[in-house]
Amino acid sequence: MQKFTRLTSSAVPLPIEDVDTDQIIPARFLKATTREGFGENLFRDWRFHPDGSPKPDFVLNNSIYQGAILVAGRNFGCGSSREHAAWALYDYGFRVVVSSFFADIFRGNALNNGLLPLQVSPEFLHLIFSAIEADPQTGFSVDLEQQTIRIGADGPQAHFDIDPFRKVCMLNGYDDIDYLLSIKNDIEQFEQQLVARGS
Amino acid sequence: MAGLTLFDKIWNAHVVKSVEGGQDVLYIDRHLIHEVTSPQAFDGLRKRGIPVFRPAQTIATADHNVPTLNQHLPISEPLSRFQVDKLTENCEAFGVELYGLGHQRQGIVHVIGPELGITQPGMTLVCGDSHTSTHGAFGSIAFGIGTSQVEQVLATQCLLQKRPKRMRITVDGTLSEGVTSKDIILHIIARLSAAGATGFFVEYAGSAIRSLSMEGRMTICNMSIEMGARGGLIAPDETTFEYVRGREFAPQGEAWEKSLKYWQTLFTDADAAFDEEHHFNAADIAPILTFGTNPGMGIPVDGSIPQAPSESSASFDKSLEYMGFQAGESLLGKPIDYVFIGSCTNSRIEDLRLAARIVQGKKVPAHVTAWVVPGSKQVEQQAKAEGLDRIFTAAGFEFREPGCSACLGMNEDKIPAGKYCISTSNRNFEGRQGPGARTILAGPAMAAAAAVEGKIIDVRSLST
Ligand code: SF4
Repeated sequence: MQKFTRLTSSAVPLPIEDVDTDQIIPARFLKATTREGFGENLFRDWRFHPDGSPKPDFVLNNSIYQGAILVAGRNFGCGSSREHAAWALYDYGFRVVVSSFFADIFRGNALNNGLLPLQVSPEFLHLIFSAIEADPQTGFSVDLEQQTIRIGADGPQAHFDIDPFRKVCMLNGYDDIDYLLSIKNDIEQFEQQLVARGS
Repeated sequence: MAGLTLFDKIWNAHVVKSVEGGQDVLYIDRHLIHEVTSPQAFDGLRKRGIPVFRPAQTIATADHNVPTLNQHLPISEPLSRFQVDKLTENCEAFGVELYGLGHQRQGIVHVIGPELGITQPGMTLVCGDSHTSTHGAFGSIAFGIGTSQVEQVLATQCLLQKRPKRMRITVDGTLSEGVTSKDIILHIIARLSAAGATGFFVEYAGSAIRSLSMEGRMTICNMSIEMGARGGLIAPDETTFEYVRGREFAPQGEAWEKSLKYWQTLFTDADAAFDEEHHFNAADIAPILTFGTNPGMGIPVDGSIPQAPSESSASFDKSLEYMGFQAGESLLGKPIDYVFIGSCTNSRIEDLRLAARIVQGKKVPAHVTAWVVPGSKQVEQQAKAEGLDRIFTAAGFEFREPGCSACLGMNEDKIPAGKYCISTSNRNFEGRQGPGARTILAGPAMAAAAAVEGKIIDVRSLST
C-alpha cells in the first residue's frame, strides 16, 4: 500500500447522496482478476452512454473539474462490499474522498488501499461545495498527520477523525495483513483455547 | 456487572487480542469465498509466498457469474468463464474445497452455508460479499468484507475490526395475512433509511421475529446491510437448533450435545444495554414495495409515493426520474415487464413454495418475462421433487438453474434499459439488474402475484 501523508489539490464535486458501489463500478466490470484498470469504468453508467460516448453533463467529463479529491454527498459507498469501488477511484487518480458520511465497508476498503475517506460535518461539506462552485480551481489541503482539511490557502479549516491505528497504517503504508502475519503465534495459541472450550 | 448482549458474548469469545486504538483481532470460524472477490486475494498470497492458513475452514462456490441455463456446458461468456476457472485453479492450488458448477452443493454462497449446516450459532463467519449478514439468522456474527480482508482471513484466519455499536430492533405482535418477513425488513429500512444503521450491528428480537422460520429470519438478516448495518443477528432458539440438526456439516452425537449446551447460552442478558433501540408493531406492517433507487425508498402497497424530503430533494428527484415515477402516485396497477424470484434474500424452498401457491393454475401474460432462479442445487432439487418447477413452467415462468442471476446481472440475466422488474432481491440501485433497468423490490408473494396479473397488485386482494 502507498503511504499517504498530505496532499493539496483541486477537487471534483459530486453532490449526490447515497452513491452506491454499483454506481462507482457496475457489476459487469468486476470480471477482472487483478486490481488495476478499474478506473476506466469508474462511474461507468453516469459517465458514458451505452455506445461508449461520454455524457457531457457528468462531472468527470467536464474538464473544469480536476484533481485528486472527490467530494460527494452523504452515505457515500453504500451497498455492495466490492473493493473494486475503492480500486476504481484510486486507479482513476483519486487519493481522498470527502463526504459527510461513509458506508462502513467502503470506508474500510478505502483505508486498506491508501484512499483516504475524509468525513466532515454537513456544514463543512456545504462550504466545500460552495467553494468549488465559486471557483473550480480552489485548492484543498489535506494533512493526515494533523487530521485537517483546509479550503484554499487560508480559508476555513476542519478537523477530521480517523481511527488511530488506521492513521498509523496510512502514514506508513502498512496494511492489516502485515500486522496479522506478525502475530501468528498468538493466533495459534488462541486456536488451542478454542479447541479446549469446544466452541 | 451489567449483562452482555448476544453480539458481545460472541465477539468476546473470538478476540485473539486487542490492539491499541480500539481494534480487536477477531478470529474467524468460517470463511466463504466466491469467484468475484477472491482472485486478487489469492494473488496477494502468491506475492507473499504464503499458504491459506486454515483451508478446512474455507469453503468456495461459484455463484455470482454463472449462467442459469445449461450449466453442464462450458460458460460461453469468456470473462465469466475466466473468473470461474481462476477460482477452480486457486482452490486446487491452495487446497480449498470448491462447490463449483454442477456440484451437488453448489449455490449462492448465503444459501448453501445454512443449508449444509456450515453456518452455526455462536460462530464468526465472513465472506467477500455484503449479504453475509444472512448467516446472522443463526445467532452468529456474520458480515461482508472487502478483498484485502479476504486475503487477511485466508492468510491468518483473523481480521482487525473495531467493535461496532449495538442496536436492537424489536418487532412484536402478529403479522397480517399476506405479509412476509421481506415486508418486515423493507418496512424497517423504509423507516430507518438506507444509512440508518451505519456503524451498528443489529439484533432483531420480539415475538414476530421469534415466530419466523429460519428462512424468514435469513431474509431479515440478509437485508441488514441495506440500512448500512455491518450485520444483523437473531438469538438462536429451538427453531434454529431444529434447522441445524442433522445437516451435513452440523455436529453429530456427543459433539452435538456439547454444541447445543453452548448455543443455549447465546442470548442477550435482560440487563444488557444497547446503543440504540427501535420498536415496531407487526400488525402495522403491510406488503412493501420500493419506488426508488435505494432500499430505503419503500412504501406500503396501498400507499403513495411521498414528496421529496426538503434536505435531499435533488437525489430524490433523480431517483424518481430514473424510475419514471412521480411523487403522489400509487404503484398499484403499474404494468411490469419482468419478474425475478431469486437471490440470497428470497430463493429458498419456502419462498418458492409461497410463490408457487400463488401462480398455480394461473398464467403469466405474454408481455411479461418471469424467472424463478433457485438459490442452490439442493433448493432446485427439492423444488423439483415437490413439483414446484412444473407449477412455475405451466404458469409461464422459466425455472432456471441456481446462481445470483438477475440480482446483479453479472451473467446474461439482465433486465433491459427502461423495463420494470419486480424483484425479490435486495437492491434496487440504478443499473443493478442491467444498465437502465428499473427495479421494484418486493417479497415473493407480491412478485408472484404481479407476475400472473402483469401489473402490481395487492397480494392480499388475491383469493388463492
Ligand atoms: S444473490 Fe445478489 S445479493 Fe446475494 S450474493 Fe448473489 S449477488 Fe449478492
